[in-house]
Amino acid sequence: MRLPELTASPAMLGALSAADWWTLLTGVVCAVACGVAGCYLVLRRMSLLGDAISHAVLPGLGVAFILTGTRDPLAMLAGAAGAGVATAGLSAGLSRVGRIAEDAALGVVFTVLFALGVILLSFLPSDLHLDASCVLYGNLEFVALDTVRVLGVDAPRVLVPLGAVLVVVAGAVAVGFKELGIVAFDPALARSMGIPAGVIHAAMLALVAAATVVSFEAVGSVLVVAMLIAPCATARLITDRLGWTYGLSGLLAASAAGVGYAVAAAMDAPVAGMISVVAGVQFALAAVMAPSHGMAARAVTRLGLALRITREDILGMLFRWDERRSDAGGMAGRAVPPLRAADVTAAIGSPWTARLALWGLHRRGMIERAPDGTIRPTEAGRASGASVVRTHRLWEAYLARHLGLPLDHLHAASHRAEHFIPADLEAQVRAEVGDPVADPHGRPIPPARSGPAGLA
Amino acid sequence: MAPRGSVAVMGPTTAGGRVGEFLRTVLLLEPTTRVVVLGAGLLGVCCGVVGSLAVLRRRALLGDCVAHAALPGVCLAFMLTGGRFLPVLLVGAAATGLLAVAFIAAVRAWTRVREDAAIGIALASFFGLGLVLLSLASRYGGGNRAGLDRFLFGQAAAMIRQDAWVIGVSAVVGCGLVALLLKEFRGLCFDREYASVQGWPVSVLDGLLMSLVCVSTVAGLPAAGVVLVSALLVIPAVTARLWASGLGWMLVVAGAVGGMSGVVGVGLSAHLPVPERAGAWPTGPMIVLSAGVALGMSLLLAPERGVLAALARRRAVRRMVAADRLHGPLDATVPGAWAGLRHEGEPASPGSGAAAGRGGGGEGTP
Repeated sequence: MRLPELTASPAMLGALSAADWWTLLTGVVCAVACGVAGCYLVLRRMSLLGDAISHAVLPGLGVAFILTGTRDPLAMLAGAAGAGVATAGLSAGLSRVGRIAEDAALGVVFTVLFALGVILLSFLPSDLHLDASCVLYGNLEFVALDTVRVLGVDAPRVLVPLGAVLVVVAGAVAVGFKELGIVAFDPALARSMGIPAGVIHAAMLALVAAATVVSFEAVGSVLVVAMLIAPCATARLITDRLGWTYGLSGLLAASAAGVGYAVAAAMDAPVAGMISVVAGVQFALAAVMAPSHGMAARAVTRLGLALRITREDILGMLFRWDERRSDAGGMAGRAVPPLRAADVTAAIGSPWTARLALWGLHRRGMIERAPDGTIRPTEAGRASGASVVRTHRLWEAYLARHLGLPLDHLHAASHRAEHFIPADLEAQVRAEVGDPVADPHGRPIPPARSGPAGLA
Repeated sequence: MAPRGSVAVMGPTTAGGRVGEFLRTVLLLEPTTRVVVLGAGLLGVCCGVVGSLAVLRRRALLGDCVAHAALPGVCLAFMLTGGRFLPVLLVGAAATGLLAVAFIAAVRAWTRVREDAAIGIALASFFGLGLVLLSLASRYGGGNRAGLDRFLFGQAAAMIRQDAWVIGVSAVVGCGLVALLLKEFRGLCFDREYASVQGWPVSVLDGLLMSLVCVSTVAGLPAAGVVLVSALLVIPAVTARLWASGLGWMLVVAGAVGGMSGVVGVGLSAHLPVPERAGAWPTGPMIVLSAGVALGMSLLLAPERGVLAALARRRAVRRMVAADRLHGPLDATVPGAWAGLRHEGEPASPGSGAAAGRGGGGEGTP
């Protein structure tokens, strides 16, 4: 098997012919129109309606041809749009009448419509070039061959309706920004505020259907699905703001179209398919690396929290160990040896976390490590340890007094809570339990010192 | 469109002769179509049973996603082995299908993106990759991609013994596993939290169910094609849900509806009279359409959830309310209170004071 040669280079862009530029522009306009319109679907959690509509246009095309007898683009557009609206309406009706889950109703409607479409088209003359494969693939590579003269330039014919839809979609989002957001996130709230949620919903579905229908002829249903869903989902991973979601969605869609076109041109592969792949890759990258919602960022946050808790646990452990040593010293009995790092690691249970935490404590000047492996808290470390233990014992006192927990149930609960009680809450707890000197087990509660003692 | 995917048989032209031929085909008496009828029927049973669980688990469109995601696997298997040996292609299909399922599960578990969006992204990206690979395969993989187009649009009519075997084995495995683990799957579908509290390995069961969806989808791919195979997973299940209220019965009905649609669809596509100038009735879509008709009829006729039953219930309630109002003591004094009732076709016999105690809803009561 011979692999295709990669010939992509920055210089290549200079060698693009006018037709290539038109193809690229069509892809970008189509991607942005779908990407922005699809935000409503994704936010409303109806993503797969786009999939359904883009497949269900097939019978619409057949019916339009049978009624008008021509392959006139306007007739095709009307037929496809009718089929798109019918998909949304029929599936909503089916789910209400038959009490069927929405996704199942959607699956029923669009597959039956698609089957009807295949049957219809199989009875049409075969030289019509209208079949299931044209719906799946589209023909982005050939849009530049069928041109129309607009404003003095020969633009691809499909670019005209695509541009119109893009303008309408962008206008709708800009004009109805606030209302759209409320309807998408909380339709019930929208209705109670007097916003016509039903009308807006229907209008947005019509816009999505329009974007789908004008796009699929150029790029095929697969790319339409990818562009309706992926850019918005990616944008949602990157930002929390609705305005940015729309903007980023458009940007991501445009960049997916550009990159996908370049790669496809280099490999001589289908452009629409490659753009979908790039959109999927964008999403996967964002899922891993997005600043606050990505898996990597969340793993780092979790690791940081785990380390902070382990550091506090170690300091608490050192403080308690010193308590035991001074008790034993007071009784003049057998001496308690100082803690070694290995003991701490064994007690924490997770060696790497423990080692990282010990290193962090050392770096912060909280502990001193002797060459023989023993560790001692510094003055600052002792104060922090005292703070952790104080919170712990205060919380035990609180639980025993106000919740009536038995003595042997106090430790585990307090062991979790001690890391999440800030100073002001601690003062409140202290007041609630009457500023005790000892916890329910009878151990002394270390006195609060002036100044900050936490580890943060 | 080329007349692909049809079992059109030259036969008698009279209506009676056609019905006879249709029955012979459906009852497996026709040797030429026996394999196709059997394969389509078994596929319907398998997809009906497995699809019921998927629909109850709110994963109706997962089959659609797997069917699309299978394409890159088919192409890769084709390019690597250079052959059209069906089982190898199916293994490739199942591999990328499962990969897509894993992708969806990962996105659901680790990001805040909703499952529907994850399904859509997996579907479109994997299928896009499939299209890219398909073009590479047809250019560099020996030129003949006829065997691959089958996976896109399906050719039930071209089913051979080997394909029927693949479908048969997956049907036996699928239905057998569902029957064996019926109790566990019931817990998974209806009360996941309870099942996991009971100590059942819920995520393993979930994975098993998704794998079953994968296997049935992939097995049906060559016969039904990318879009229509997901119909076989959803439509029989939804139909069965209208008739049955218990899971066991639902599975049986779904299997029966799926099997019948497969058999009837093949029979119809073979023996329906073909209009002039047309090629033939495509088999896959006819199977889906048969299932769709079954669903439509069920929607009308089903005993509890059907439209007619609902209308009858509403009528009965309206009668009851009307009767209540008739007997109410105050309603008679409200002018025009009778007009609406007579409009409903209610025999206007004011039972004076027969049930004076019943105040009724009191819409007309001041």
